[in-house]
Amino acid sequence: MAITKKQSTALAKQVFEYAPAPEAIDHVKVQPHYGLFIGGKWVEGHSKKRFPTINPATEQKLADVVEADEVDVDRAVKAAGKAFDSWGRLAPSRRARYLFRISRLLQERSRELAVVETMDGGKPIKESRDVDIPLSAAHFFYYAGWADKLEWAFPNRKPRPLGVAGQVIPWNFPLLMLAWKIAPALAAGNTVVLKPAETTPLSAMLFAEICMQAELPPGVVNIVTGAGKTGSLVVTHPDVKKVAFTGSTEVGKLIQRSIAGTGKRLTLELGGKAANIVFEDAPLDQAVEGIVNGIYFNQGHVCCAGSRLLVQESIAEPLLEKLKRRLSTLRLGDPLDKNTDIGAINSRAQLDKIRGLVESGIEEGAELYQPECVLPERGFWFPPSLFTNVSQSYRIAREEIFGPVLSVLTFRTPNEAVEKANNTPYGLSAGVWTDKGSRILWMAERMRAGVVWANTFNRFDPTSPFGGYKESGFGREGGLHGLLPYVDLS
Amino acid sequence: MDVRKTYKLFVNGEFVRSESGRAYRPDGNVNVPRGSRKDLRDAVRAARTALGGWAGRTAMNRGQILYRAAEMLDGRTAQFVELLGGGVKARREVEQAVEVLVWYAGWTDKLQQVTGTVNPVSGPYFNFTIPEPTGVVAIIAPEEQALLGLVRRLAPVLCGGNVVVALAAETQPLAALTLAEVLATSDVPAGVVNILSGQRKELLPWLASHMDVNAIDAAGCTPDEVKAIEESAASNVKRVIKLTESEQSPYLIAAFMEMKTVWHPIGV
Repeated sequence: MAITKKQSTALAKQVFEYAPAPEAIDHVKVQPHYGLFIGGKWVEGHSKKRFPTINPATEQKLADVVEADEVDVDRAVKAAGKAFDSWGRLAPSRRARYLFRISRLLQERSRELAVVETMDGGKPIKESRDVDIPLSAAHFFYYAGWADKLEWAFPNRKPRPLGVAGQVIPWNFPLLMLAWKIAPALAAGNTVVLKPAETTPLSAMLFAEICMQAELPPGVVNIVTGAGKTGSLVVTHPDVKKVAFTGSTEVGKLIQRSIAGTGKRLTLELGGKAANIVFEDAPLDQAVEGIVNGIYFNQGHVCCAGSRLLVQESIAEPLLEKLKRRLSTLRLGDPLDKNTDIGAINSRAQLDKIRGLVESGIEEGAELYQPECVLPERGFWFPPSLFTNVSQSYRIAREEIFGPVLSVLTFRTPNEAVEKANNTPYGLSAGVWTDKGSRILWMAERMRAGVVWANTFNRFDPTSPFGGYKESGFGREGGLHGLLPYVDLS
Repeated sequence: MDVRKTYKLFVNGEFVRSESGRAYRPDGNVNVPRGSRKDLRDAVRAARTALGGWAGRTAMNRGQILYRAAEMLDGRTAQFVELLGGGVKARREVEQAVEVLVWYAGWTDKLQQVTGTVNPVSGPYFNFTIPEPTGVVAIIAPEEQALLGLVRRLAPVLCGGNVVVALAAETQPLAALTLAEVLATSDVPAGVVNILSGQRKELLPWLASHMDVNAIDAAGCTPDEVKAIEESAASNVKRVIKLTESEQSPYLIAAFMEMKTVWHPIGV
């Protein structure tokens, strides 16, 4: 028995009404304009081009930032190169102390950072408050401890830093991705030039302030704002020895090509189309929560999102019933409201992309389900959506949508589940839901993905390496393995 | 009067002529098959098919097979010394090649213990990271040290459970093609190692752009070749490994492996 839209409206009415619970924003000061953070201080760009960063939930401008040009990027890289001479030679225990300091400052300013992250990116405050910011601080704390223990991480070698790292990060977890990039780089003795995403530069601007508060030596961290062009200038700069990129597979390939033959070290953390596999013996209610967390967390703007649900045929009907019911209770709206489950789509461009792919799903013959859901008038929004009747060849089953859109497929045997899960050029993550421990490990062994979650999804930890197989990229971030991209072992 | 050997490609456990029917004479006398794009694609397909079986073997079994290869190579020392031009240098090269195989044979069942981790995550999960084979690996054998150069790159890749398509040194392919005879008698399953001879310039672009090759070992390549490989490799985000020719370490094995992290729940 399928739930119709009418029934879902009735269901939605059964859930509690919530009074608005907006997070206070009066303690947050965003400057109207930010320069570039180079050599330990704010400098005005050589480039006179500026662009606004807006709140995607209101379309209101938050601040102006510089679109850094070749001269700006060169300045930043030079500053990082100069700082490397002393930072790379600094007693490792001192490097550790700076990183510990940064971690503490992130904790101290956590609420401010959470609010800025939510305003700039559109993600629900409960996520930025409970996930993004604490994990960012934890990441610095974890790598701080490695700074003076590197020789224990790499037996038989004397790890040495590489030099200036050029790092380009995405807009889905702005501060967390910054932490994933900067913490291991600095711990290993490198200096960095980081470019935040053009739609979410603000938490990086606050991080620059934190570097100053921590009295981090000038030039160890440099932050240049801009769009793709600026990013390409950072990664191709001849003095950049190591390139780290998180973003789409398409851009990752461009970067791999653009630095071919230069001898730069490269790590890529790219797209995904993860399978979230539910077996008939799985605890269904728990699985439903995991499916929701897997695809609707951060509006589905997650490279490891569980965007393909593979359900064992025998339980497909009851599971979908529960899932649809759960969808109708998700609260979409003001990201600053503490009860909001689904915030704003990060940008108009991303919204257009999601709409385009959803339309292709309908055209190709899949059946769309969306709960009754009132979208705010201003801002960029997309309701939580799921497709049934999906064939593996449909675009919605193959391409990364990067939005709150789930494609549901079914399987009969474990082998079929493995076959379908691996039928993708991506290989970032996968999920398995079953009550059987041996089956978890059997499945985990066969899934061509860098991270396998069992009876959970979208869980991260600084000690736990993260990264992809196949076209989801190479190199790991987090854990001991996350140090390797930043050291020279020769 | 000798019964001469016809040198052939080694694809899917069989000694075959190039489907192109072409040959070249690197030393001016012996005919060596000049592998084609089609041969290369056959080799990749054979390798992909063999991957599950090889990666699925126990670590100990892979170690035994690599050790067996060392035994077979050692037994043919005289033949290889002659192929490599004779003399002390050639003998030392063969001895070293045997040594390398023995060394890596002993790594198969230790690598996971040295490069894997159990991660103390904040939550009720048993979280561990283990290395897994990357998949189909292309090896471009260095032109120097026709035997040792290839063995040094082949052994760590096989040790990690990968399957291989190797291009023999273009100027002196005989040692590589003869190494195939060693592997064929060492219980290395068919398709796990495929060895092609031919022109690097012709084959390299196809290998670097092949969508079913996961990684390329470019240690034996010139800077220009590395650049071309890296450009083509981007088409499917291939891993291009450039650790130096002399590298002999678990880091080299791990360079051809993917780290998988599993979050296993803990609860009653």
